Amino acid sequence: MINNIQLNKSNFDELSKSCVIKNGTIIDPHNEKEYLSDIKIINGIISEINESITTGPDDLIIDAKGKYISPGFMDMHVHLREPGYEQAETLITGSNAAMSGGFTRLALMPNTTPCVDNIFVYNDICRRTENLLVNIHQIPAVTVGREGKSLVEMAELNDNGALAFSDDGDGIQSSEAMKGALQYSGMFNVPILVHEEDKTFLDGVMNESFVSTELGMSGIPNIAESSMIARDIEISRYVDGYPHFQHISTQESVKLIREAKKEGLKVSSEVTPHHFSLTDEKVKTFSTDYKMNPPLRTQEDVDEILKGLQDGTIDVIASDHAPHTPEKKNVEFDYAPFGVLGLETLFSVGVTYLVNTNVLSLVEYLKKITINPRKILNLDYDLINVGKMAELTIFDISSEWKVDRRKLLSKSLNTCYHDETLDGQVQVVINNSKIYKR
Amino acid sequence: MDNIKTKDLLKIKHLLGIKGMCREDLELILKTSASFKQILDTPNKKVAALKGITVVNMFFENSTRTKLSFEMAEKRLSADVVNFAASSSSLKKGETLIDTARNIEAMKIDMVVMRHSTPGAHKMLLDNLDSVIINAGDGAHEHPTQAILDLMTIDEKIPDLRGKRVTLVGDIIHSRVAMSNIHALQLYGAKVQLCGPATLIPKGIEKLGVEVTYDLEEAIKNSDVMNILRIQLERHVGPSFPSLREYHNFWGITNEKLSKAKNDILILHPGPMNRGVEIDDDVADGDHQVILEQVLNGVASRMAILYLLSANIGGIK
Repeated sequence: MINNIQLNKSNFDELSKSCVIKNGTIIDPHNEKEYLSDIKIINGIISEINESITTGPDDLIIDAKGKYISPGFMDMHVHLREPGYEQAETLITGSNAAMSGGFTRLALMPNTTPCVDNIFVYNDICRRTENLLVNIHQIPAVTVGREGKSLVEMAELNDNGALAFSDDGDGIQSSEAMKGALQYSGMFNVPILVHEEDKTFLDGVMNESFVSTELGMSGIPNIAESSMIARDIEISRYVDGYPHFQHISTQESVKLIREAKKEGLKVSSEVTPHHFSLTDEKVKTFSTDYKMNPPLRTQEDVDEILKGLQDGTIDVIASDHAPHTPEKKNVEFDYAPFGVLGLETLFSVGVTYLVNTNVLSLVEYLKKITINPRKILNLDYDLINVGKMAELTIFDISSEWKVDRRKLLSKSLNTCYHDETLDGQVQVVINNSKIYKR
Repeated sequence: MDNIKTKDLLKIKHLLGIKGMCREDLELILKTSASFKQILDTPNKKVAALKGITVVNMFFENSTRTKLSFEMAEKRLSADVVNFAASSSSLKKGETLIDTARNIEAMKIDMVVMRHSTPGAHKMLLDNLDSVIINAGDGAHEHPTQAILDLMTIDEKIPDLRGKRVTLVGDIIHSRVAMSNIHALQLYGAKVQLCGPATLIPKGIEKLGVEVTYDLEEAIKNSDVMNILRIQLERHVGPSFPSLREYHNFWGITNEKLSKAKNDILILHPGPMNRGVEIDDDVADGDHQVILEQVLNGVASRMAILYLLSANIGGIK
């Protein structure tokens, strides 16, 4: 197996003091505008947005002809495995993968070893991620050790910049713990990001469906997810908390969240690219690249998810980037860990399966990977303005590329799009006075 | 051996499952099995068909009769046999399946028979080895040699299965026997019916074109063949299974319930039997059962499968 050679080297450069992006089309999801314009950046700050900016000899010129300039993408559901499982990914290799996928901002899940359940681990990760092109927001756990019992010191973590809390891979089983978490976090108006799964159902390795029947595999039924979403909608109504439903995968989940939103409850949701582009039929290959939790579901589930993306039930597309080493993945299906890569393919899978199939317009699609995650996490989302830090992603919507797992910048290889040709490719990413070029 | 001709080749190169097989292959296996069965009736019982061929039986899950049956078949064919069981395996020391299999293959072997608890584990052997692979059961996925010996046993009594109803009774959801049987029986034109408590019938299985009923008495009335699956005693009592007592009362096969059956109904059981649970003594030893015939056919059909697939040793000839 070939891993990335530049294992722990950041792949960005410092941005020149003065730089001009020429001839590109600005696409601004917040103001729903699309227009031809140049952008001048001085010391990392947008200093001018104009149709034709004259350039001097000292200006770095980035030619964006035929390309779009968007607010930098944000992925609010990522596992970078540091500390504890650096064989699979590190903060540096993961942020390289993020840049390559067009992301300027990530929210990291706390299922590391040690777990991010206190201010000391939290601060350490913040310190390790200073001075990168990508802004990294570590999400602390909801409960100590992600055990679903005692709440972490949320107020202190919130004071120190924590944007939300999540026990991620471990759905919070105790209703009392979830009630407490939603009530307590509601004080600072931050969401609880929830992986919804009732673990009192039997353990499964794939979707429970006709396919699991044919393959003789143990299944995870749709209701393991949707029944917990129903519970947490009820709890949030009762305590006035804010659950954000992570990586929803079932038609029932979409319908429950749609109704909760109609009622005016404070809820939001995300979906991963694999849950809107693939079905459990893929498991027939027995490839562990299709083993993830929640599992790939049926075409009926995918169809409802696409409706949910269209009508706004689903706010965000997030990768659930979950690197695993080949040693861990290249084993019998039952023994392999759950999880697939996502950072480097998310944008293109969305273009291929949502924009180019007319499920979403480009601007509606970009909302779900730029401004919506920032809104949920209370970050600035009106980014394309003079005086703002230049946090931009330049991409070519018409170019296509073939995914080769060996060429990804992630330290791991477990993508479920290997060898697939995808549309749309990120070219340049600018943030924090730094630049990444493909 | 006169009627076993080497020019008859299977379309499959390995036996991973019945799904995807064609009827011609099953017919060739059954025909060859019948010839080997005749040999098993002679005093010598042994042929030199696999002389010089090495077969490894890799059993990563407990098995008594399937392992014994394969080993018997291999020895009757004069193959060199090596057994490898999980309890004595290096898997416990943390070696992967692929490494274990490659290590064994490096010792120059020709065929691998594997039992494994994970569906699809054989695909990993296929991707990493040059040997001929035979599936002796993978999780609740497939158990193709069991389906073939069951088919052989039924075929001996009912030469034309078209339109006949074969009912599989019991724990369908955890059974590799069920899935392989369904595919094999359908290739022979049988109507397949499943009968058992709802909690032991897997989701969406009707899509395979099978009938599902929870009512054993109804199933007994309309069946030509019943294949009684084993209840795994250690597995079930809990949220999906009240008790063995209740199971026996409602889904256990008794002579009394069989009194409503067709006169010539055939009763199969893949073994090992739990007498008094899924099958009563008087049925297990009664006139309708062909259970020991299944055991003999198991050896004969495994001989046929090993022999026919041995044509692929050293690459596809």
